[in-house]
Amino acid sequence: MMNFKEVKHSIPKVDGKGLLTGAHAYTNDLASDNALIIKLLRSPHAFAKIKSIGTKQASNVEGVECILTYKDVPRIPITRAGQGYPEPSPKDKFILDYYVRYIGDEVAIVAATNEKAASDAIKLIEVEYEVLKPVLDFEKAEGNETVIHPESEIYSMFPIGLDAKNNIACSYIDTMIVGDIEKTLKESDFVVSERYYTHAQQQTAMEPHTSSAFIDVQGRLNIFSSTQNPYHTRRIIGEALNKPLRDIRVYKPRIGGGFGAKQQIHNDLFSAIVTLKTGKPSKCFYTRKEVNESTFTRHQMRIDVQLGADKNGNLKAFDMQVLSNTGAYGEHSLTTFMVAGSKLLPMYNKAVALRFEGKVVYTNKCSAGAFRGYGAIQANFAVESAIDELAAKMNIDPVELRLKNCIKEGETSPVFRVMGEGGEGIAQIMDSCKLDHCIKRGKKLIKWKEKFPSTQVSSNKIRSVGAAIAMQGSGIPLLDMGSAVLKLNDDGFFNLLVGATDIGTGSDTVLSQIAAEAIGVPVDRIVITSSDTDTTPYDVGAYASSTTFVSGNAARKAGLNMRVKLIDEAARVLQAVHKDDIVFEDCTFKLKNTDQSITLKDLSEGLYYKYGADMKQLIASGSNTSPKSPPPFMAGFVEIEVDTETGKIDILDYVGVVDCGTPINPNLAKIQVEGGILQGIGMAMFEDVRYSESGQMLTNNLMKYKIPNRKDVKKLTVEFAESYDPAGPYGAKSVGEIGIDTPLAAVANAIYNATGVRIRKLPITPESVLIGINKLKS
Amino acid sequence: MKIRFTLNGKNVVLESAPLKRLLDILREDYHLFGTKESCGEGECGACTVLLDGKPVTSCLVNAIHVNGKKVDTVEGLSKTKLGKMLIDCFDETNAVQCGFCFPGFFVSTYYYLLNDGDNDLEKIKKALSGNICRCTGYQRIFDSVKIACARKKVGE
Repeated sequence: MMNFKEVKHSIPKVDGKGLLTGAHAYTNDLASDNALIIKLLRSPHAFAKIKSIGTKQASNVEGVECILTYKDVPRIPITRAGQGYPEPSPKDKFILDYYVRYIGDEVAIVAATNEKAASDAIKLIEVEYEVLKPVLDFEKAEGNETVIHPESEIYSMFPIGLDAKNNIACSYIDTMIVGDIEKTLKESDFVVSERYYTHAQQQTAMEPHTSSAFIDVQGRLNIFSSTQNPYHTRRIIGEALNKPLRDIRVYKPRIGGGFGAKQQIHNDLFSAIVTLKTGKPSKCFYTRKEVNESTFTRHQMRIDVQLGADKNGNLKAFDMQVLSNTGAYGEHSLTTFMVAGSKLLPMYNKAVALRFEGKVVYTNKCSAGAFRGYGAIQANFAVESAIDELAAKMNIDPVELRLKNCIKEGETSPVFRVMGEGGEGIAQIMDSCKLDHCIKRGKKLIKWKEKFPSTQVSSNKIRSVGAAIAMQGSGIPLLDMGSAVLKLNDDGFFNLLVGATDIGTGSDTVLSQIAAEAIGVPVDRIVITSSDTDTTPYDVGAYASSTTFVSGNAARKAGLNMRVKLIDEAARVLQAVHKDDIVFEDCTFKLKNTDQSITLKDLSEGLYYKYGADMKQLIASGSNTSPKSPPPFMAGFVEIEVDTETGKIDILDYVGVVDCGTPINPNLAKIQVEGGILQGIGMAMFEDVRYSESGQMLTNNLMKYKIPNRKDVKKLTVEFAESYDPAGPYGAKSVGEIGIDTPLAAVANAIYNATGVRIRKLPITPESVLIGINKLKS
Repeated sequence: MKIRFTLNGKNVVLESAPLKRLLDILREDYHLFGTKESCGEGECGACTVLLDGKPVTSCLVNAIHVNGKKVDTVEGLSKTKLGKMLIDCFDETNAVQCGFCFPGFFVSTYYYLLNDGDNDLEKIKKALSGNICRCTGYQRIFDSVKIACARKKVGE
């Protein structure tokens, strides 16, 4: 076991007390008092063409400063997806367009000196629509007579299978094929072939999306935004407004939850253009209704799974055919879809025949985008349900089937090479993989042996257990890059500048711990500044479970470089013959075998004030990208109680055993997993984005869209496997997403173990369980 | 209309529209940004404050209802002895993630502790019934409140 001084310690968050006591910290707290308030006129139709739009009356409202329609904004196709460049998402969005493609799509931007004036003006804008027939059923989108994106400007930056005429945002066919799937299925002793449906889910970050803008003294556009990726935001704003990036600064203050919701550009486009047009500061703070109706949900998917195994329980064939619904615009359409394959197929690497194919279609619904789990959670429900269905056919314990067929340490899968995110991947070997331990340990913690499959506890109540396993990634190999700069100050402390984006996860704390470990100083010597395109170095941002692994390695490199520079300076001051004679500990440099020493504080003061010609600013930096993306793994086990009279399901216990390498801050890692599990349980059991027949979202507030509250889980147990990945900073892998993946299938499997009812369509409601029970009875 | 009330222990007078939300009064007129807007309709509890000593969602309270009353927000309560102890408990257990819902959780927990709340988990869950959190899974929040209950007892 490695001996760490700063990492693998559960220190409080660097910003914890400030957030707890209500510091001015979030975008809406920091916006200028005299900022113009921005409101949007939104489409009442699921699909329509604007025939005419009149703003005269609206602009007469006192206090209104600016009204913009599609006629007043640049017509440049962009994608709002904040991810790598060239972007893998289709360029299918204008700031404003004469087509509106879902109920809630933007029609006009109004800015006024107060909220009432902006809201009053919105009502006075006269729009004549040509109402068109929408496509609301994603299974009927391909080839539909309604073409959602008829615009000539739509394009993709590289081939992604975009076929707008047929409502296809992207497709992926004939590429991810290993072996002969049809032949292997035919030769299998046991085959499962089933269709699963996963639904859209709301992100529900507690802070609504917020953006504010102002022009600074140098005449540059400054945007304060609740964004997960300031650098991508700057690039996309520059593209949309046709402005050089040198004229734009994007800064992320504290952010009230992300989960992927803020990985896309939302109201930044509006605050930016209003401030540029008026020269005045502006802000746009979404209402909860806007957050629900007009930002992004999780992609709805239909997943056909075929599994084939021999009579000895060896998985031989593994096929997935996926249809994904990206809604009105195609943000993250290809990559989310590909993750459905790339995070599931390698987990069962014993299969000799593999296939993964499918399409992502447009519909006239709220766009889907990045959301924790990002395709993997949808596929996990399908595949991990199918594994249990296979085990039931074979009459073996589903956990034993997983243990036998899952990926182990030192192994690989051809999928890593074939499938990346949006293109080809990179081969990699599992240098750390304690999935087998996670399964065995979780089994013990939930008392699987005693409880599987179920126990009748009263005339109408049955208790049962269910399991699922998952893998995620740690950033995107050789695409994601993070960097860090360290600067020594007098008094012997360091500024750590990172582009990485703490979205509430605690990454500012974790990166500080890593930098401190690398330099060899206590973490209180580190002062972190993050997420500012003007002052902090580049980072992709917080997504793809990348920060601890990708940005963490950058912080470590910067720390190690700083340590070398410090020792160089100490060696000069102490007149050491060899640098190796300098020992740096307890913030003091000592010359071996002498009583000579100098403190870090004294050295830092000397470098600023006393060393004459040797005075200098010590700065060290580190950049990191990795050919590896070591997956974190998790085994999830649930114990439920089902009421067979009402179908009601109670979650009694959820056990998650996770291999995330070294947890840099075990408390923060744990709370990430706990929060993920609860979001997964919400998606499994009641979270469901519902629409009316005309395409109006019905679940557009927190009254109608229930997220898990404090009573929805009786017990939650999270444990970490002892694991160390040599590619990670001090052995760490990622932990942000892995927690969310397993609950869907684990609960579905537990329902089956209790009642014999197999639910293949989410969410798993009491109604669906009861209908299933009644069907079995008849 | 002119309203008079006590804000974090100080008597204040404010010229306000009668239906202006207390949430907006706190944020716009007094720059007390600890009180957050998340849902704007009393579902999430992020804007919880004490009104005459009882927790309310300030997005549903109008200026007219504040007149003559006592308002306590996270900024004031966190400076009290009990508040400081409670903040320490939340901080040490890393209960706070994005932090946006936390001032609300803090105020609800403060009220619970002040009214002799004990470390019974079901009672704690009931006390926090007006607050939702999307990040944490609630476990660390429960732990913090339990620790705070124990420390309060020792302190007494």
